[in-house]
Amino acid sequence: MSFLSLLARNRLALVGLIVMGFVVLLALVTPLLPLADPDVTNTGNRFLKPFSEGTLLGTDHLGRDLLSRLLWGTRLSLAVGFAAAVIAAVLGAAVGIVAGYYGGRVDNLIMRGVDMLMAFPYILLALAIVAALGPGLLNALIAVAAVNIPFFARNIRGITVGIAHKEFVDAAKLAGMRDARIIVSEVLPNVIPVIVIAMSTTVGWMILETAGLSFLGLGSQPPQADLGSMLGEARSALITNPHTSVVPGVMILIIVMAINLLGDGVRDALDPRLRSGALTRPMAATTVRRKGPVPVPEGENVLDLRGLETQFHVKDRIYRAVGGVSWGVKPGECLGIIGESGSGKSVTALSVMGLVASPPGVITGGAVHYKGEDLVGAPYERLRSLRGREVAYIFQDPLATLHPLYKVGDQLVEAIRVHHHVSDKEARAKALGLLKDVRIPNAESRLENYPHEMSGGMRQRVGIAMALANDPEVIIADEPTTALDVTVQAQILSLLDTLRREKGLAIVFITHDFGVVAQLCDRVAVMYAGRIVEEGPTQMVLDAPAHPYTRRLIACVPELGEGKRELHAIPGLPPAVNDLPPGCAFAPRCDKATEACRQGEIALEAHGPRKLRCLFPETELEAAQ
Amino acid sequence: MGSYILKRLVSAIPVLLGITVIVFAIMALIPGDPATAILGSYATPENVEKLNRDLGLDKPAVQRYFIWLSNMVQGDFGRSFSLNRPVLDEVLDRFGATLVLAGTSFVLCSLIGVAAGVVSAARQYGFADKAITFVVLLGISIPSFFLGMMMILIFAVQLRWFPASGMWPIYGDRNLLVLLDHLLMPALALAVVATGVVARLSRSAMLEVLRQDYIRTARAKGVPERGVIWRHALRAAMVSIIPVLGIQAGFVLSGAVYIEMVFQWPGVGRMLVDAILKRDILLVQGGVVFVAACYVLFNIVVDVAQSLLDPRIKT
Ligand code: SF4
Repeated sequence: MSFLSLLARNRLALVGLIVMGFVVLLALVTPLLPLADPDVTNTGNRFLKPFSEGTLLGTDHLGRDLLSRLLWGTRLSLAVGFAAAVIAAVLGAAVGIVAGYYGGRVDNLIMRGVDMLMAFPYILLALAIVAALGPGLLNALIAVAAVNIPFFARNIRGITVGIAHKEFVDAAKLAGMRDARIIVSEVLPNVIPVIVIAMSTTVGWMILETAGLSFLGLGSQPPQADLGSMLGEARSALITNPHTSVVPGVMILIIVMAINLLGDGVRDALDPRLRSGALTRPMAATTVRRKGPVPVPEGENVLDLRGLETQFHVKDRIYRAVGGVSWGVKPGECLGIIGESGSGKSVTALSVMGLVASPPGVITGGAVHYKGEDLVGAPYERLRSLRGREVAYIFQDPLATLHPLYKVGDQLVEAIRVHHHVSDKEARAKALGLLKDVRIPNAESRLENYPHEMSGGMRQRVGIAMALANDPEVIIADEPTTALDVTVQAQILSLLDTLRREKGLAIVFITHDFGVVAQLCDRVAVMYAGRIVEEGPTQMVLDAPAHPYTRRLIACVPELGEGKRELHAIPGLPPAVNDLPPGCAFAPRCDKATEACRQGEIALEAHGPRKLRCLFPETELEAAQ
Repeated sequence: MGSYILKRLVSAIPVLLGITVIVFAIMALIPGDPATAILGSYATPENVEKLNRDLGLDKPAVQRYFIWLSNMVQGDFGRSFSLNRPVLDEVLDRFGATLVLAGTSFVLCSLIGVAAGVVSAARQYGFADKAITFVVLLGISIPSFFLGMMMILIFAVQLRWFPASGMWPIYGDRNLLVLLDHLLMPALALAVVATGVVARLSRSAMLEVLRQDYIRTARAKGVPERGVIWRHALRAAMVSIIPVLGIQAGFVLSGAVYIEMVFQWPGVGRMLVDAILKRDILLVQGGVVFVAACYVLFNIVVDVAQSLLDPRIKT
């Protein structure tokens, strides 16, 4: 989308643009308007009120027409502010490009100087410059431009450094192009957007600062007046004739506000990270917009999902990340959920406790029953009281999932104390016990460690300890061993297995690795494109996979100790879940696919203890009951 | 920690020297003959020559710089000709008032700015967020000196809630309450822009942090949303907020000059403006170096605070 149409879509920026356009236009045509001379004094008509005869905005302490002075002053303020911005941008960019392009000693020297200048509180620096040059509008302009140069230089140097080491610059150098030409033809086009952003966000400041210097009497000198000095002169009559102050003050406010609105719009339009609207924060619980009936749970499952549907709504697209998934776990049982990344397995797991980032996540259908209670759409406070206490999570990368700035001991204590009214001391004793439970050596001193001070394996043990903190009934482990090396992985798996047997925990284990499933899980569900394609007791599925996708997954498992396991052996990619083909989603990658597979919905059918969603299974299963 | 502070103090020395060099270099820009500039064009040649000698202007620049520097290190910032007293005495007298004003503003902008940013982020796109965003936009667009004047007009002249100017009443007691009475309006007027900047940055820092995995972990533990926002997210966001607070400290310290003019506050800023208008160069030099040096030292405090907050920083 073009920059201008993006800018136009931002309503506030548009308002800024219109206001600014109007003000600039006024300033441009000021000499043509039938205005009184701004500098002609007429002491007989001092301090006329606005709207009095012959004058729209009244007169000032010397009887000069305020409207005329306002327009001429605006003209001057704008000219000085823009001039300062352009000078600062040009010189700052030049300094920044030289430093960034040449690097080494040159860079070092220049940036030292820039840092020194930035060590000043910067209005102070402007004052010092005006003190040396003497009061006057031109000198104020120089001062304001000068103090802003370091800001531009630093920003633009950063971008230039990135560009100076790109291949096309190296290629140009090898081709014998001169530095000056490379800078003009390769570097400059890339830094211009940054210069524009920096200018649009600082020109408002520069107008304010020059107005400020004039206000102090250090800028424009009488009788010439910019908005700042109008305000400065009006100050002595503030109480008796406030309109002489309000008129120029409001004008500055309008100008700077319009520029700021416009500047924000420009920045949003040019900054790709903000463009996608990526910076939205997830809310406390996933949004629920459930249509259709609430399914009832089956059997004696402690946790039971029926027909769960979770979608991501991004702008006008809908990604069906989870498209009607059902499974359940009994106490003491371990269920494996396996699939490639993007198969919806993690989103399924996070949906249980409403932890899918929302926006953009929305649960649109199905039910999650915990001990018979439906959690989809349960009040937030209820959900929160169950989180960590009844159903706990272990996440993948504990360096990212533990808070980096709190000691692990404090994080464990917090986990306990959000659910139990115990003293800090009791909680600390419990935390120590937890660390011992997960076999962390020197547990006592480990409590005082920050996450970054531990090894990956130790951190994941802390993650497990935290999940165990409130003796939950169900643990949902989302790829807990993926980030770890093979030996540590095996230790963590056997730890989880022991804990399950000791405490009778139900475990839902999310992974992309059949090797892990084989070691730990009683049953396994295979997910593809947001749906379960096969489910059954682990051993049966491993011995005789029925779905072509399952067979391929199993074929990917290397012998133990062969390092990282990945699913690169399956050609093709999983389909985008906003654009699913009709019929079997796996068809494009399946070598057994026929026309029939692409026709319509294929149901997940039960075959004894197993379930399958495929027309041409790899092995014959018992007939459906 | 002690060694870290020491290390930062040592690393501040070149910055402080750099500041003196820059100030000296700027003052060397003075066009024409400074003595003539000071004395005016009607001065007799004898007077000009005498002043040049007094100011040491007959020596080469490098030598003058080192004389100036070594005198300053010994606490001799020279003598202000317009006030006829030592520069350092005057600066110290005035600096206290500026410190009270700027310090209060700094506390206000930090507390209000961070709180507004946090609330804004937590209620993104909600009513509170929109209201805060609008007020912030207004705040960063209004010139502080105009805001100060309007506050005087409304709260001092119309409503008579606060005195219009000064730090102390001309007659009467000088106690904390009286000071607060005089301080509130100027401190607020000075804090507004910085508050807006802090609020904006805090909002985006919070939005960035709230997307992190450890926030999801906190929620998965069952931490109430209040704790997630104020304990988990804000703590992490502070790491990027604190450097901005450091910059705002410089902003209120130097921006105080406008407010001191509007509210007749007896601080360094007003002293500097008077000195500039009277071309009292030594007073300007001394005042600028002194305030800039204080700011450099304050930034060490900021760095130390940052290292206390973030255990990942090597101390
Ligand atoms: S339904 Fe057809 S395309 Fe899909 S997995 Fe089975 S055989 Fe392959």
